[in-house]
Amino acid sequence: MPEAAVRVAGGAPATAPLLAVRNLQAWYGESHVLHGIDFDVAPGEVVTLLGRNGAGKTTTLRSIIGILRKRTGSIVFDGRETIRMASRHIAQLGIGYVPEERGIFSSLSVAENLVLPPQVKPGGMTTEQIFTLFPNLRERLSSQGTKLSGGEQQMLAIGRILRTGANLLLLDEPTEGLAPVIVEQIGRTIARLKQDGFTIVLVEQNFRFAATVADRHYVVEQGRVVDMIRNDELDANIDKLHGYLGV
Amino acid sequence: MSELLGVPSQVLFGQLLLGLINGSFYAVLSLGLAIIFGLLNIINFAHGAQYMMGAFVAWMLLQYAGVGYWWALLAAPVVVGITGVVIERLLLARLRNADHLYGLLLTFGLALIIQGIFRNEYGVSGLPYGIPPELAGGRNLGFMFLPNYRAWVVLASLTLCLATWFVIERTRLGAYLRAATENPTLVQAFGINVPLLVTLTYGFGVALAAFAGVLAAPIYSVNPNMGADMIIVVFAVVVIGGMGSILGSIVTGFALGIVEGLTKVFYPEASSTVIFVIMILVLLVKPAGLFGRAA
Repeated sequence: MPEAAVRVAGGAPATAPLLAVRNLQAWYGESHVLHGIDFDVAPGEVVTLLGRNGAGKTTTLRSIIGILRKRTGSIVFDGRETIRMASRHIAQLGIGYVPEERGIFSSLSVAENLVLPPQVKPGGMTTEQIFTLFPNLRERLSSQGTKLSGGEQQMLAIGRILRTGANLLLLDEPTEGLAPVIVEQIGRTIARLKQDGFTIVLVEQNFRFAATVADRHYVVEQGRVVDMIRNDELDANIDKLHGYLGV
Repeated sequence: MSELLGVPSQVLFGQLLLGLINGSFYAVLSLGLAIIFGLLNIINFAHGAQYMMGAFVAWMLLQYAGVGYWWALLAAPVVVGITGVVIERLLLARLRNADHLYGLLLTFGLALIIQGIFRNEYGVSGLPYGIPPELAGGRNLGFMFLPNYRAWVVLASLTLCLATWFVIERTRLGAYLRAATENPTLVQAFGINVPLLVTLTYGFGVALAAFAGVLAAPIYSVNPNMGADMIIVVFAVVVIGGMGSILGSIVTGFALGIVEGLTKVFYPEASSTVIFVIMILVLLVKPAGLFGRAA
């Protein structure tokens, strides 16, 4: 996979990336929304996609997991080209997806939601380990999934893909609409997951939150990646970033 | 003769039993429709024809292969279920992203074709199918005479409905089904084979109809129109219960059978329309059905 191993200008890590996205284009019906997304994620890295509303961040995640089927370019995960695969095959390679709307099933209890995604690889967390991470879930197991608070639903949405053995997690705005104390908890969780060796792609609007957890940030604008900023160079680039995000 | 509510008790209980029998068929058939509608979003108009096929397969097994009732009760749903799987794969799968209406029209056309073929082959006079000897006769309960076979129909239907409900509401497979009914895209993105789940669900719904057909064979004569007569009432039952509600379709099926039976006792003129009157009232007051969730 020579192409996937190419370094992206601007200093992506030298190890072979776990996920390499090249010239990703995608369409919603006739509407062309991604115009060439390029980025790499190294194993164990936490990378964010930052950008304004409608820039194409969520679409990028949906294209990677294959929910958005009309897409071209190249997405190589763990050495396998997935651009033509159906989403269920992509998931089976070891990618876990947390959608923006969290996707908790209202006709399932919390326990059923938690064990719904099947195991795709060995080495997933046990439910006991997930309860250590999110103690709230243990008390609510028999509740209807959507009766949980927003924060608890987010924990459930993250928790249920940790069981599956997926090693790449795609998290779409996990902090959206949550109270600051819950955002902190999600932040600690992401840090903990990074320690455990998970690779994470995080879509965020809130770059202050992103800065606390990520190694690198890709800036998405109008369906393209326009810049990459290392987290340790964030302070030096803060004005530029404000410009991108319009804050 | 003793009387209850001004009606001879024999008549009252007789009609109640008849209502319960009809209710059994309504329940099993509307359950199948509800499961199919839930996951496939298709109003399966071929359901009546598939019920009829169940009865015919049982009749053919006996006629041509000497296979009796009990094996037919197993084999006919499997055979008819397989035809359902083929129909889903070849035809319905192509309509997955189309409007409801296309699935309804397609299955309506299929129903006409299937009924036409059977009418052409076997005529409309009806073929006899005997009650299995183990269930012949009946018992006197004191207040009424209970034919064994009819008791069996009620028991078997109730058991099947409850077992289906249990699988859907209490097992992992059922959780997949419920989740895929809610959000198939996301379930697929977890690595679950949703197209296979859809095919098997349609096959199972169809098999339920065929099972009801075998149960019905010894009671009604086996004839190509038996499903067409039944399915219109079953659709009304489904509308009353709420499209897609599992428990709702079971409860409504049995309840409306009983209501129909009681109407026969107290106001026979209305017995064939009472369900449709109830349907209209329910649609006016609670358009999503008694157990349905508003869309």
